[in-house]
Amino acid sequence: MPLSLPKDRTKRVAAVMEHASGDKRFKILETHMKRHQYKADALIEVLHKAQELFGFLDNDLLLFVAYRLKLPPSRVYGVATFYHFFTLKPHGKHTCVVCMGTACYVKGADRVLAAVQDKAKIRPGETTPDKSVSLLIARCIGACGLAPAAVYDGTINARQTPESALQQLKGWLTNGSE
Amino acid sequence: MVLNDLIQIKERELASRKKYVLRCCMAAGCMSSNAQSLKDELEKAVAAAGLKDEVEVRGVGCLKLCCQGPLVQADPAEILYERVKPEDAAAIVAALKGGQAKVSQGDLNHPFFTRQMSIVLANSGIVDPERIDSYIAADGYLALRNALREMEPKEVTDTIVRSGLRGRGGAGFPTGLKWGTVAKSTGTKKYVICNADEGDPGAFMDRSVLESDPHAVLEGMALAAYAVGADQGYIYVRAEYPLAISRLQTAIKQAKQYGLLGSGVFESPFNLTIDLRLGAGAFVCGEETALMASVEGKRGTPRPRPPFPAEKGLWNCPTLINNVETFANVPAIVRNGAEWFAGIGTEKSKGTKVFALAGKIKNTGLIEVPMGTKLRDIVEDMGGGAPDGGTIKAVQTGGPSGGCIPAGSLDTPVDYESLSKLGSIMGSGGMIVMDQATDMVDVARFFMEFCMDESCGKCVPCRAGTAQMHHLLSKIVARKATAEDLAKLEELCDMVKHTSLCGLGQTAPNPVMSTLRFFRGEYTERLQPDTLGRPGTESAVPAGSRAT
Amino acid sequence: MCAKTLTIDGNEVSAADDATILDAATEAGIKIPTLCHLEGVYDIGACRLCLVEAVGIPKLLPACTTKVVEGMNVRTDTERIRKYRRINLELLFAERNHVCSVCVSNNHCELQTLAYNHGMDHVRYDYLFPKWAVDTTHPRYGMDHNRCILCTRCVRVCWHVEGAGTLNTAGRGARSQIIADLIQPWGEADSCTSCGKCVMACPTGALFQRGATVGEMEHDREKLEFIITAREKKQWIP
Repeated sequence: MPLSLPKDRTKRVAAVMEHASGDKRFKILETHMKRHQYKADALIEVLHKAQELFGFLDNDLLLFVAYRLKLPPSRVYGVATFYHFFTLKPHGKHTCVVCMGTACYVKGADRVLAAVQDKAKIRPGETTPDKSVSLLIARCIGACGLAPAAVYDGTINARQTPESALQQLKGWLTNGSE
Repeated sequence: MVLNDLIQIKERELASRKKYVLRCCMAAGCMSSNAQSLKDELEKAVAAAGLKDEVEVRGVGCLKLCCQGPLVQADPAEILYERVKPEDAAAIVAALKGGQAKVSQGDLNHPFFTRQMSIVLANSGIVDPERIDSYIAADGYLALRNALREMEPKEVTDTIVRSGLRGRGGAGFPTGLKWGTVAKSTGTKKYVICNADEGDPGAFMDRSVLESDPHAVLEGMALAAYAVGADQGYIYVRAEYPLAISRLQTAIKQAKQYGLLGSGVFESPFNLTIDLRLGAGAFVCGEETALMASVEGKRGTPRPRPPFPAEKGLWNCPTLINNVETFANVPAIVRNGAEWFAGIGTEKSKGTKVFALAGKIKNTGLIEVPMGTKLRDIVEDMGGGAPDGGTIKAVQTGGPSGGCIPAGSLDTPVDYESLSKLGSIMGSGGMIVMDQATDMVDVARFFMEFCMDESCGKCVPCRAGTAQMHHLLSKIVARKATAEDLAKLEELCDMVKHTSLCGLGQTAPNPVMSTLRFFRGEYTERLQPDTLGRPGTESAVPAGSRAT
Repeated sequence: MCAKTLTIDGNEVSAADDATILDAATEAGIKIPTLCHLEGVYDIGACRLCLVEAVGIPKLLPACTTKVVEGMNVRTDTERIRKYRRINLELLFAERNHVCSVCVSNNHCELQTLAYNHGMDHVRYDYLFPKWAVDTTHPRYGMDHNRCILCTRCVRVCWHVEGAGTLNTAGRGARSQIIADLIQPWGEADSCTSCGKCVMACPTGALFQRGATVGEMEHDREKLEFIITAREKKQWIP
């Protein structure tokens, strides 16, 4: 979906709007903004919705939001990059979130993370070159009773070990095994 | 809605209660262990046994012993089933009328349960958080009705003042005093905000309260709004808590349908709208001025106080911000009276505190104990001590803003002042137990990394200071630091603590300072000789270069 | 207008009712060091260099955002404050890549001057050497993130004096950076009016006029003050 934007301002606005007109998701986003009366205060709510619809926030999406809420693009970008929940890059097919909260950390989450990093050869925040797996760390998912916990494709898994994490990764990494 | 309607709903709800109840924990911990399909299976098993008229399968909030989830409690027999699998459903249903199910049972007479005292969690595990009638049956919204119809706003504030309730978000500011300030602030528009941006790693009390008893939080907010004269409320909740968000949305919708939110609540002139605002992964937004910036759709950076939110808050209007647990205490206080609440706890810390017990401890989960309970009672009796024959080395409270309390100080009572004397803080309620295998310098480095990542970057001491402290701690962990580095670290702790703009920076050095205070040896044993060949002991450093 | 009297460093000082400690001190000729403060734009209390002590108040107070209180006794230059200021400056120097000898702002730099004034002859902390780029895509100005101290004076003049909203802070913590529009190369940021106020506002060599070489870049602060006074007070004072 990324769009290469023309340098000229009016052409750029037109390009973004035209791009948006052919995509149903932009319509849903538009409705959401309308519900907030296109208020600038709703920026974070709107970005949440945008990420839910598109999976990540790329530049033309951010520009669309900026134009619609009548905000400078720098404000939208500043907010989108302040909050860790927002991602400006697409995730891989699968996501692996290792919780690094205190309870998980003292119970060995660092070893789980190290094993995943080693195997997938990516660092937290990165996606494998073949786009199969994204590795993320969470500050605490609030599942401290299950420590160490990891979230695989949205499902929380309790009491992880390096072995159990690697088992999970096995099926995901298309050519990850040596 | 009037008082009679409340009574009728309660009576209808109680009359429809069945003889047997299977309470299934549907909070996030158990949900992640397949609690939903377990509940479905139980319902099927009840139907298959032809017991639909006698047995209620109720989804409830947290049953507290999270490490043994999914949990199911059978009533009236009072049996707690642990680690229940969907295939155990038939056996559990069969055992309702006597007999034994071959499913592991928890000991409800264990101190973990018997030493708890529930105010905030009174409904947790009992009411169905997705049904407002279930909350009303537990006398929900009665306090709001009585306040709106029989009390002046000032009386509500006075009740909170006399109860001695202090903020449960960490700092322990007297709640009634805060309410009084907002009530006195002039302004036609005022706001009430519930801080549900529970960011401390290792803390999940607020999440559990929101998932288990969302109406108590709404009622507490409504009482606060009435007391201070606000008509708009916001709940700022972490986007990482989808279940809490959906239960809050359901609760708000139901409360609106019953006219308990909206205009003319209980046929009084009181109006209140409550909206959700989702956090987006920024720990600093737990700080009230940063939180307000975020509600306004901006970067969540704090600003200097004064002006305090009570005078100039959201959109420059007087704003009351309290934490989830604080609000959840309010309905019970208004219902039972200030004196009842003030009779619980210690002289300066009243009531109870909810803790999320986790880490190297046998029983992890949620506990609520009276203020002043000894740490030892919590971790040894209730928590059951360290697992696998380990020994407890320290207890961490207050997360990245708190400190590590050594095993030798376990007889400390848990209250705001005692914890602060030990260089820690009450915090929001995370309690992480560490055993002999835990490396305290590494723990300090872990927390500093957290603060460095979560620093908003606005003020220099927090932004650059945490980065430099993290660098020094990493050097110490890697055994590449000299005694001079340790002196620099201590000097930086002092500087960052006293010069940072907001609470994040001001408390970021706490984990380092407390581990240095109680576990200094773990730092010094790693020090290396410096380039002048002076040994890695502290006395080798000339006095002039030592931090004072 | 009612006035307040207070003591600053032992001097009796009177100040306007809504004055800050910094206003009162400046009026009385007492210099308090600042970095994020810029006359004419609102204060954010971020650099923490202007922290002062007040007798009877345990916390240090940012002079730029704290209003004077009748009878207050302020100390701006105690040993403790001097120590904190020096550490603060050292942290700034260690945080990014400030190399004065090759900087366009050498000898015209507020950070450098403050370091001289506080006797900071070396940095005791390890330099963290982060990797930062230099943006020279704008036809007239350049942006060197290596020399940025994130005081956001440029952002505030861009929003609140020029009104363009081109610049902003993005990211957070030590990875914060000043961006133009959607983190575009500055030269492609179409909201930029090329007014140059951000360059005038910058205290270091982070924002500079292209073509300036080592030590040549002066920030023309007077011009900025002239514009702000003209806009806010409708007074054109050359």
